[in-house]
Amino acid sequence: MMTRASPGMKRRGPGPRFVAQLLFTVLVCAFLVVPVVLSVLAGLSENFFVGVRSGLTLRWVGQVWSMYRDSIFLSLGIAIACLAVTLVLGVPIAYVLARRPSRATRLFEELLVLPVAVPGLATALALILFYGEWRGFRASWTFILVGHVLFTLPFMARSVLAVMAAIDLATLEEAAASLGAGFAARFFGVIVPNARYGILAGALMVVTLSVGEFNITWMLHTPLTKTIPVGLADSYASMRLEIGSAYTIVFFLMIIPLLIGMQWLSRERTSSMAKRHGG
Amino acid sequence: MSRGDIRFGLLALPALTVFAAFWLLPMARLVAVGASGPRGVAAYAAIVTDANYFASLVSTVVLSVAVTFATLIVSGIAGMFLQRNEFFGRNVLVSLLTFPLAFPGVVVGFMVIMLAGRQGLIGTVTDALFGIKLVFAYSIAGLFLGYLYFSIPRVILTVMAAVEKLDRALEEAARSLGANPWQVLRDVVLPGLRPALISAGAICFATSMGAFGTAFTLATNINVLPITIYTEFTNYANFSIAAALSLVLGVITWAALAFARTLAGSTVAAAA
Repeated sequence: MMTRASPGMKRRGPGPRFVAQLLFTVLVCAFLVVPVVLSVLAGLSENFFVGVRSGLTLRWVGQVWSMYRDSIFLSLGIAIACLAVTLVLGVPIAYVLARRPSRATRLFEELLVLPVAVPGLATALALILFYGEWRGFRASWTFILVGHVLFTLPFMARSVLAVMAAIDLATLEEAAASLGAGFAARFFGVIVPNARYGILAGALMVVTLSVGEFNITWMLHTPLTKTIPVGLADSYASMRLEIGSAYTIVFFLMIIPLLIGMQWLSRERTSSMAKRHGG
Repeated sequence: MSRGDIRFGLLALPALTVFAAFWLLPMARLVAVGASGPRGVAAYAAIVTDANYFASLVSTVVLSVAVTFATLIVSGIAGMFLQRNEFFGRNVLVSLLTFPLAFPGVVVGFMVIMLAGRQGLIGTVTDALFGIKLVFAYSIAGLFLGYLYFSIPRVILTVMAAVEKLDRALEEAARSLGANPWQVLRDVVLPGLRPALISAGAICFATSMGAFGTAFTLATNINVLPITIYTEFTNYANFSIAAALSLVLGVITWAALAFARTLAGSTVAAAA
C-alpha cells in the first residue's frame, strides 16, 4: 500500500501503484472540476455551441445582472439576516449546552438537528401548511428566512459548542466573577472571545449554506421572493445555456471567498491550538 | 430554582421558542394532515401499498444504494491515496476536490448537463469520435452521475480523516510477517476504516434519498421520491399524500443519519 519511502528505507522512484492511484485521483478530480470549467467558459463565450473561438464576452453576465439582480440582493440580505438570527439564537444555546450537559439539553440538541436530517421538502411543506394562511408572512422574504434559520441553526450551535466544550469555561468564568465581572461582562468579555473561532466558523458555514439553500427555498419562494438558487433553477430550465452558465459564474464568485475563509480559518485554528499546547 | 438555573433557562428560551413555533408545531400539523386525506391513517402505508409510490420508493432506494457503493469505492481509493502520499500538487488536488461541497443540488444538476447534456462534453466527444452523440443527463444514469458528484467530496474528506488516525505500526507488523499489499489492505486497513466507511455510507445514502435539487434540474422521467412528493403537492394538490410521503422519507433519512452518528459523532446535512 505504501509508496512513500518510510524513515530508514531508501527512497525509490514512484512505483506503478503510485502512478495508477495518482491517475485515478486526477480523473476523479477532473470529473468534479471539468464541468465547472466548462460552465465558466460557456458563460463567457459568445456561443458555446461554436466554442471559445466564437469570442469571449461579458454579455451574458450583463444579462444575468439585469434579469436576476434582485435575486442576488435578496440572497445576500437573507444570508445576513440569517446570520444575525443564528448568532442571537445559536451562541446562547451552545453556551447552555456546554455548561449544563443533561438529558434535557442533549434531547434539545438532537431536536435542533432534525431540520437538517429530514429532507427540506418536509420542513417546507410543514411551514406552508401551518403558516400559509398568513398571507403577509407567506409572501414576504421572512418566510424564506425562517426556513434558512431552521436549516442553519444546528451548524452554528454545533460549531460554537465544539469550541466551548474544548475550553474550561467554568474556571474562566469563576476567575472573571472573582474579579467582580457580572454575567453580561463575563458573557461578552470572556465567553464570546474564547469561542471566537467556533463563532466565525459557524458564521461562514451559515452564510454559505443560506446562499446555496434550494430544497426548502424552492417551496417557500413566491415570484417576488426569488433567491439565487431559485433563479439558477429558473435560468437552467428556461434560458439559453450561456445565461445559465453566466449565472452559475456569479454564484461561484459569491461562494469562493466563503470557502477560502473556511479553509484559512481551519488552518488558523489548528496552528493556534498547537501554540496553546506548546507544540 | 437557583439564579443560575433561571439564567440558563432564559438563554435557552429564544432558540426553544423559535424551534417550537416554526418546526415542532408545523411538523405536528404535517403529521395530522398526512392522516386527513381520503385514505386516513393508511396514507402512511401508501408508500408500500400503492404501486406507483412503491415503484418510486424502490427506484430511489436502488439508486441511493448504488451511489453509496460507487462513492465509497471511488472516494476510498482517492482519499487513501491523498492522505498517504506527499507529492507536488497534492494540496491543490485536495482543494479542488472539496470545492463542490458548497454546491446546491441545482448547480450539481447543471454540472451533469455540462458533462452529459445535449450540448455536453461527452456527447461532443463521442460525436467527433464515433458519429454518435451520447446524451444521458436526463436519464437515471444522469441522476447517478449527479449524486456521485455531490457525494464524492464529502466521503473523501471522511476517508482522509479516518486514514490519518490509522495506526501505521499495525500495517508495518503485517508486512514484516510477510503479508502482501492486498492482504494488508484487506486484513488491516479496511477493518480499521470500517466504522468511518459505514458512517460515511449511511450519510451518503440519506443525502441521496432526500436529494431534490439535482433531480429537479435534470427533470428526469425517473420519479425519485422527492420529485413524487413535489408533484403530488404542486400538480395534484394532494396535500395528505405529500405530507405522509415526506414524513416517511424523513424517518428513513433521519434513521440513516442517526445510525451514522452512533458510529462517528458529527453534524451532517441531507442537503443536495
